[in-house]
Order: sequence, then structure tokens, then C-alpha cells
Amino acid sequence: MILQTNDSRLLNAVLLVALLLVLMLAVSNGAVDIDLGKAIGDAWHRQASVESLIFFDIRLPRALLAALVGATLGLAGAALQGLLRNPLAEPGIIGVSNGAALGAVLVFYYGYSAYAWFVLPVAGLTGALLAVLCIFILVGQSRSIITLILAGVAINAIGGALIALALNFAESPYAMQEILFWLLGSVANRSFREVQIALPFMLLGWVMMLYCGRFLNALTLGEDTAKSLGFDVARLRLVLVLGVAASVGAAVSVAGNIGFIGLVVPHLVRPFVGYEPRRLMLASALVGAILLLLADLAVQSLSGTTEMKLGVITSLVGAPFFLLLILKSRNTLQ
Amino acid sequence: MNLLSASGIDYGIDGVSILNDIDFHVETGELVGLIGPNGAGKSSLLRLLTGIEKPDRGEIRLEGLSLADISPQQRARTLGYLVQGAQAYWPFSVEKVVGLGRIPYQKWWRQQNDEDRAKVEQAMQVTETLAYRNRIVTTLSGGEQTLVMLARILATENRLILADEPVAALDPYHQLHVMEILRQHASGRRAAVVVLHDLSLAARFCDRLYLLSHGNLNNSGSVSEVLTADNIARVYGVDSQVQCNGKAVSVTPLRRISDHHP
Repeated sequence: MILQTNDSRLLNAVLLVALLLVLMLAVSNGAVDIDLGKAIGDAWHRQASVESLIFFDIRLPRALLAALVGATLGLAGAALQGLLRNPLAEPGIIGVSNGAALGAVLVFYYGYSAYAWFVLPVAGLTGALLAVLCIFILVGQSRSIITLILAGVAINAIGGALIALALNFAESPYAMQEILFWLLGSVANRSFREVQIALPFMLLGWVMMLYCGRFLNALTLGEDTAKSLGFDVARLRLVLVLGVAASVGAAVSVAGNIGFIGLVVPHLVRPFVGYEPRRLMLASALVGAILLLLADLAVQSLSGTTEMKLGVITSLVGAPFFLLLILKSRNTLQ
Repeated sequence: MNLLSASGIDYGIDGVSILNDIDFHVETGELVGLIGPNGAGKSSLLRLLTGIEKPDRGEIRLEGLSLADISPQQRARTLGYLVQGAQAYWPFSVEKVVGLGRIPYQKWWRQQNDEDRAKVEQAMQVTETLAYRNRIVTTLSGGEQTLVMLARILATENRLILADEPVAALDPYHQLHVMEILRQHASGRRAAVVVLHDLSLAARFCDRLYLLSHGNLNNSGSVSEVLTADNIARVYGVDSQVQCNGKAVSVTPLRRISDHHP
């Protein structure tokens, strides 16, 4: 197969073109038909028009956010599966998703979300940061990767318990509904401000994860071999986990919990990159972006009076698909 | 010329002493065998020599420089470490596994270049693994996998290879093949250290032997100095027949010594 050569450039180029096409599809699709040429032309000439408003304030941020969140989840899933050498790892496993979600839920619980637009994402990022800090305090000087996973599971459980507590004592059904809907995950009704606040953390996280690519390849032969190949295993593990935390924390802060993208995408891509963790990351980011954009398109066309949430459809499609993948690949993976 | 030397090495894990006051050296052109019963500390000594663990006391020098002062990348280019029972976690192709040996020469954003590919090709040629370059490494036999892992190390072009029981669980054909490759590597400016359980193989291929027992250096020197029936009885607790035919020494373990308490 052409796509199985040692060079990812062709594969990534094909995926990039596909991503651009899906992005174009996403911004040209909406509740009302608008003339995209007019929208961009009006904005260029700094003329306010309904078209440019719909395009730049509604569709473009939504599509960009879907692509960015999808890319983050795909990349982080690939990076963590490489680090843990476990195909069942997903971005939430280190506890950062529930940390970010808890931060956001508390904002809803206390009704702070109305004060300023940035309260919600900042609270989410703070939650993610605190979760990571807790994990590193728990892990301490331990050199074992198992300790890291267990600490992540524990932090996830605590975050989940506190979210349940907030739901339990939510003052009004309205607040409870707000929390629940937010937890389901969505990129609807977002603006460029959310993109702006999430993008720096995402980019930082992406670079940190991609920086670990060669290390993840070396890790295929075990930690001792990776060390003998010149890698500082403890330092690079920290870099990678912090990269996941920064990018996934930012993604959850602006879009809520969106499941299965981070778990399924690396499985889907792996055979096309010769199972190489390093090449898997960039390709998974691109596929993650494409799939989440498609999922968001599906959400928009399926929604009637009640809007369907993005996280619902990714889980609905992702879970059975994951089962299928496992059945298909159980002979290749040990 | 001295390539690697260790002096006064003490090492322990969680307060349990593993190695006591070990002196060790490898000269260029030498194939050095590290022998001793299970749990004698052979693998630990090898890990210290590769620099992936640090000794509690003593110093290790590589090419005259303290191992602790050498950058990890430079160390990786000079020392190749073959882990015992090395395996790949992902279903990589053979060529990809061998390609990992080029990592010490690559920047983090760079793909393989022509030189890398040439070295990988050469390493597969030496180990006779070219025939299955596109096969998935996890589907190969144990002997073939060991040769692939050895090719991965050869692709780095290290001066010194440190191999931990590379021939354990291999058939005679592959045992000889692996030892021949190591022997061939240990010439000119290069050298190799190999942990072995098969004393006849050690006698046949190694220039010098180190005999470890309970974390202490029991004996070291030429094959005929170390592999005496006396030494084997004391350290391994078995009576054995040691035959010398010119250069070829063969060791046949006969029976356990009943009052030996390891």
C-alpha cells in the first residue's frame, strides 16, 4: 500500500487536504444559506452585514474550535497510548479532563458564568492544572508508570465525585441542566474569544507532545532500551504528560467532555503509519480534527428543536466502532 | 587501548547490596564474557556499565572520561545495550526496529536520511535479516528476533556493545550466529561485553572472563584461568568436566554438589 511507506508526508498531505475540504463544508453549512463570497468580501471591506456576521461570529469559530478540539484529542490519545504502550489509554486517563470539567461545573454551580465570558474557560484551565499538580504530588519520585495511571484514575474519581456533588446540590433545575448540557460537550455558540483563550495552551501542548515523538518510538523496545538510546525517560514523560494536560485541559475548558475521539482515532490511523508512535501523532491530530468536524456537521443536521450534543454523537458512534476495531485488530496487537 | 573501565563499584537496591567493590575493564578488540550463577549481579553490572543506572560508589570511565560527564546522546552513540529478551511492544516491521538504532544521530523533528538508511541496510546485511525486512518483528522466531535486535545495535555503529544473555533460549545455529557477530564486532577500535550462561560458548568466543558470585568478583582473567573445575564447583555448586583441546575449552556440568548452599 502506498500509504504504508516510511514517509508520512503523502499521508499527512492527503489528510490536510481532506481537513480543508471538511472545514469548507462546515463553514458553508448552517441554519440559513449565505453567500460566503459576500461574507468574506464584506468583512474585507469592513462593512457590517448579516452574511459576514454569521460567517465570522458563528460558523468559523465553531468550525475552528471543532477542528482544534478534535486535533487535540486525537494527538493526545496517540501520545498517551505511545507513552503507556497501551492502546486503551485515552486523554482523560491522567485525570485532566475531569479536573477541567470540575472547574467549569463549579462556575455554573455558583452562577459565575454570567460575570464575564472568560470565567468559564479560565476555571476549566485552573481545574486541569490543579489535577495535574495533584497527580505529580501523588506520583512524587516514583519511577513507575503504573503509579501515574493509578494517580490519574484516583484524580478522575475525585473529580467525578465532586461533579456529582455539585449536580446533587444544584440550586435550580436550570443550573443542573446547564451543568449537564455542558458536560455532554459541544462547540455550538462559541466565539473567537474561546478560540483565542484555548489556542495558546493547545499549541504549547501539541509542540510538547510532538517533541516526544522519537522518545515514543524508542520506548517501543522498553524503557531500558530508550534510556540506552540517550533519552531521559523521567523528564520526557513529564514533558509529554504536561503537554497532554495543557492541550486537553484547554479543549475541555471550551468544549466540555467529548469522548472516544482520543481513544478511537489512534486505532484507526495506526496501520497506516506502520504502528510507529511518532508518525501516529500528527496523522491522529488531522484525523481527529476531520472526525470531530464531521460529527459536528451531523449534530447540526440531526438536531431538531433540542440540539443534540457533540459528545453524545461521538460516544454513540465511537463506542460500537471501537468494539469493531478491537475485534478486527485483536490478532495484530498482543 | 582502554575503552571502558570501572573501579571500586558498589551498588544496592533498597538497601540490599547487589555488587561489592567490582573492578572491570574492556580493551579495544576484546570480547569480554561476564559469567556467574543466577542472581550473581551480572545484569546489574551491565546496567551500570551502560550508564542507565548509577553506582552508589566507584567510578566508570568510557574512553577515559567519567561516564557521568558524558552527554546521553554521546553515550548512546558509543555504547549499545542489548536488553535481555528484548521485544517490541508495537507490531513494527523489522526494518523499522533496526532503524531505531539511528535515533542517537537524529534531531527530534528529523526523519531518516540516506546515511541512516545505508547503515540500517548494512546492519541487516551483517545479521542476515534482510530477507525478512518487511515482516512484523513480533511474528518472528526467538532467534530471528534476537538477530533483529542485534542489527538495531549494529546500526548505531557503537564502539562497545553490551549484551545481556543474547543467546539464552536460542538453538545452536542462532547461538553461534549471534556469538560470531559479536566476535566480529569486537575488533579494531571496537569491543563487546556479553553476559553468558553457556560456559562452553564463553570459553570458545571470549578473550577474557569475569566470574561473579553473590555480587563479588570471584575471578577474572583468561578462559583457562577462570574456567577451572575448582572455580566452577565453588561458584556454581556443580561438579564439571573441563576439557582443553588446544584453544577449545568445553565445560560439561555433571552433578550438583549436595552441600553447596548458594
